[in-house]
Amino acid sequence: MASLPLLTMTIFLPLLGALAISLNWGDEEVGKANNARWVALWTSLVTLGLSFILWMNFNPDSSGFQFEDKFQWIPLLSIGYHVGVDGISLPLVLLSAVLLPICILTSWFSIQERVSEYMIAFLVLETMLIGIFTALDFVLFYVFFEGVLIPMFFIIGIWGGPRRVYAAFKFFLYTLLGSVLSLLAILYIYFEVGGSDIPLALTIPFDPKVQVWLWIAFFASFAVKIPMWPFHTWLPDAHVEAPTAGSVILAGILLKMGGYGFIRFSLPMFPEASAYFTPLIFILSVISIIYASLVALVQTDMKKLIAYSSIAHMGFVTLGIFTADAQGVQGAMTQMISHGLISAALFLCVGVLYERVHSREIVDYGGLVHVMPRYAGVFMFFILASVGLPGTSGFVGELLVLIGAYQVSTWATTLAATGMVLGAAYALWLYRRVIFGALVKSKLKSISDLNWRENIVFAPLVGGVLVLGLYPVPLLTLMETSVANVIDQYNLALESDSGGLIDPNKSLEIALYE
Amino acid sequence: MGNFYIPDLKLIIPEGILILSALCILMEGVFRKTESFLSFRRFNHYGILALVGALVVLIFQHHSGEKWVTFEGQIIQDDLIFFAKVLILMGSAAVLAVSLPIMAKEHIVSFEYLPLILLGTVGMLLMVEANDFMTLFVGLEMQGLSLYVLAALNRDQVTASEAALKYFILGALATCLYLYGASLIYGFSGSTNFQAIASVIRIESTEGLSMGLFVGLIFIMASLSFKVSAVPFHMWTPDVYQGCPTPITAFIAAAPKVAAMVVFLRVMVGPFLLLYEEWQFLIVSISFASMILGAFAALRQTNLKRLLAYSAIGQMGYVLMGVAAANEEGIQGVFVYLTLYLIMIIGTFGCLLCLRGKGFEGVQNIEDLSGISRLHPKMSFILSIFMFSLAGIPPLAGFFAKLYIFKAAISAGLFGLAIVGALSSVVAAYYYLKIVKVMYFDEIPEIPAASYGQVLILSPETIVVLNISAIIIFLFFVFPSPVLEMAQRAALALPI
Repeated sequence: MASLPLLTMTIFLPLLGALAISLNWGDEEVGKANNARWVALWTSLVTLGLSFILWMNFNPDSSGFQFEDKFQWIPLLSIGYHVGVDGISLPLVLLSAVLLPICILTSWFSIQERVSEYMIAFLVLETMLIGIFTALDFVLFYVFFEGVLIPMFFIIGIWGGPRRVYAAFKFFLYTLLGSVLSLLAILYIYFEVGGSDIPLALTIPFDPKVQVWLWIAFFASFAVKIPMWPFHTWLPDAHVEAPTAGSVILAGILLKMGGYGFIRFSLPMFPEASAYFTPLIFILSVISIIYASLVALVQTDMKKLIAYSSIAHMGFVTLGIFTADAQGVQGAMTQMISHGLISAALFLCVGVLYERVHSREIVDYGGLVHVMPRYAGVFMFFILASVGLPGTSGFVGELLVLIGAYQVSTWATTLAATGMVLGAAYALWLYRRVIFGALVKSKLKSISDLNWRENIVFAPLVGGVLVLGLYPVPLLTLMETSVANVIDQYNLALESDSGGLIDPNKSLEIALYE
Repeated sequence: MGNFYIPDLKLIIPEGILILSALCILMEGVFRKTESFLSFRRFNHYGILALVGALVVLIFQHHSGEKWVTFEGQIIQDDLIFFAKVLILMGSAAVLAVSLPIMAKEHIVSFEYLPLILLGTVGMLLMVEANDFMTLFVGLEMQGLSLYVLAALNRDQVTASEAALKYFILGALATCLYLYGASLIYGFSGSTNFQAIASVIRIESTEGLSMGLFVGLIFIMASLSFKVSAVPFHMWTPDVYQGCPTPITAFIAAAPKVAAMVVFLRVMVGPFLLLYEEWQFLIVSISFASMILGAFAALRQTNLKRLLAYSAIGQMGYVLMGVAAANEEGIQGVFVYLTLYLIMIIGTFGCLLCLRGKGFEGVQNIEDLSGISRLHPKMSFILSIFMFSLAGIPPLAGFFAKLYIFKAAISAGLFGLAIVGALSSVVAAYYYLKIVKVMYFDEIPEIPAASYGQVLILSPETIVVLNISAIIIFLFFVFPSPVLEMAQRAALALPI
């Protein structure tokens, strides 16, 4: 097994599939589209298989990177092709590999125009996403990080809803704005470290004064991606206008790029700055949770409501990460994985209705339980998981985050918990309006329940959410060592720096006005 | 050699080839009196052949690391100049190749086109290899005059004549500035030779330099800013780009920009390197203003060529960032950026030249590309590669160009400039994306305008150039080393 570059294969297999589809110059439009669908499905399934092999062979007791592949990419600049996974990135790789076949299956019939381009875009996207989570070289990471924008721009812009052009531009430019600043920070680190290798950079302590600037530059890109209030405005537009599978990828994986960045870069590389900015992050996280939940309450568009709920859930993630506590960070990771499954499933639920009725307005629905009992059950399961019902993965993540946060800040925990109540309110209210009540709308009377394809799509998501909720130990042990490693590094740096330039105990305002 | 000094003519064979072929084409054109497209096509092939021949000779003559001086120190060549010459010759040849099939559609079949392009190219070669302000002047004028005439080649077209006149008058002004600056420098340093000026500055810098030298340098900088169309000397660019026939615009936008920028670099980090601290602020300001103006002024443009003009102003601002850094990273950055920019701009113009309206008039406005991804999927794909690359999105080549430039700026401590550059690249991304959006997201108009890009005119030459440039830009991330290594060798040639 060791001789095969397993990780590189996992990353680039989807690209190979995309190439195969692009070479498929058939004459007949229908046949070409079908070929594209099947090639995309099989490619993503084999990628999923490969990522499972990675998981099986992964040693959770080691804190280092595994399955490393490394060679000189641009020797002149000592920029290398360097990939590897640890306990933090592997779950996210698995999440990406699981969601991609689901995306392709769910677009099987709903996408009828330019099918091969659509499938190519998704496969390229998968390469980029897995690449982001496994890249161990800054330039490589950045290439993947921004490369995501191109296929996503096309997915929203070509196959999206009525305001798709506006949403595609907003998404592209907003996230580009965030990430160009991190490019400058990466270049600065490059000169400090003498190369762009991430494991190397992780061992080098930066001057706390510089750290603040580097931290801000990285924060700009990750806070936009995750997204945090007040950088969230691109998200509702992009989610609403994207096709169902696009929303699934956006909510399921793209948002996690921000969280992953915070854990991988901000915490271990800039510990002093992270400690310094923790109050700010806490404030923004709590605002994200409460504000987004309040906004979600008044939404009339189902997709928009779920989009805002994503912002609220991501607030828990940032809160958890910056507790810099084992439980908090593990909770944040669990929350990311669980949100990846749950929000993806919720967008799929909306997609199911949209395919049948072509409306996302809540008022157009009501009483669906009478005609779609199976759908009502699935939808209820995911709504409850989103609320954080014990027994679902949502509960595990939020509980761990709150436990972690409680040790650091009582007020932030209290306010975040309030957000959970609001979360229950908007989610259950949405469910009541769509599923219960009398079936009066004539359009809905002849609506069909979930078909076999949709059952296949939902089954793994239901299973995943349940397993993670009832028995999260495999996931937690997977990440335990790596998370502990990050936190040790963080604490060590802070201890050795006590009395340094930045006093982590000093509050933000005082330090800013010095 | 006795009392005669015979310069080593062997070394300027590439220039000789170009001059001789220009003269031959001129002769044949005059005596045969052929104005048909077929003879024009033959001339065009001669031109491409001459440029490629010159390129081949140049490459075989040059040994890396070697440096020679001839014509009594007037002309030199080292790795840096070699690289610039390769770019200029490739750029000119590629533009000839892409513009061939549509010259007749633009009503240009006069044979003067070819000699002018070849002589302009000689002028550019002379510019970059000049080692003296007088020789540099000859090169600048040779290039400039050829371009003014080229712009006016289509005499019957009012916009072209107007553009040519604007170009000429502002160009003449820049020439005056140059001459005044050069004479000031001569007056205060006693020489026009780059090395001699450098040594004067080195000696005098210990006891305080005279202001006159610096004033002269400012005039030179102003004139060179005109040539690279950097703010505040950019005003001619949008009008000339829009007014000229598109093949001429493509020529003006490609190789001359590279030549002028290399001259800029050589003047600033050659003789005046020691005045670095004095001139850096000026270059930083020019670069800053160009990037901002290029980004914001292009936002509202609807005309494609005008948009590309503002985009060129912005892109030159990025290259100037490398000049401002004035270190090895900076020179590398300038060369990587120029190489990739040349390829991207030739590709972009190549795509635009091929797309024609029903009556074969060229595409004018952004709307003329609406929904063409359904009509010409491959062409749209290639054009969108160039657009994403110009916007600097990885993994395309334009990203690596920006990476190099930002790297140079950060290594020189120009953090503010780098931040402004990064932010303005986001603004600029908007209009590059707008072209992609029009091609992919918009529908084919029901009543297409006369200039709507419905027809695709391709020739084998165009296909070759477009495919090669698209492949270089698309797959640059796989094999970046050749270009980067050449840039590194170029950077080592300058004494920094």
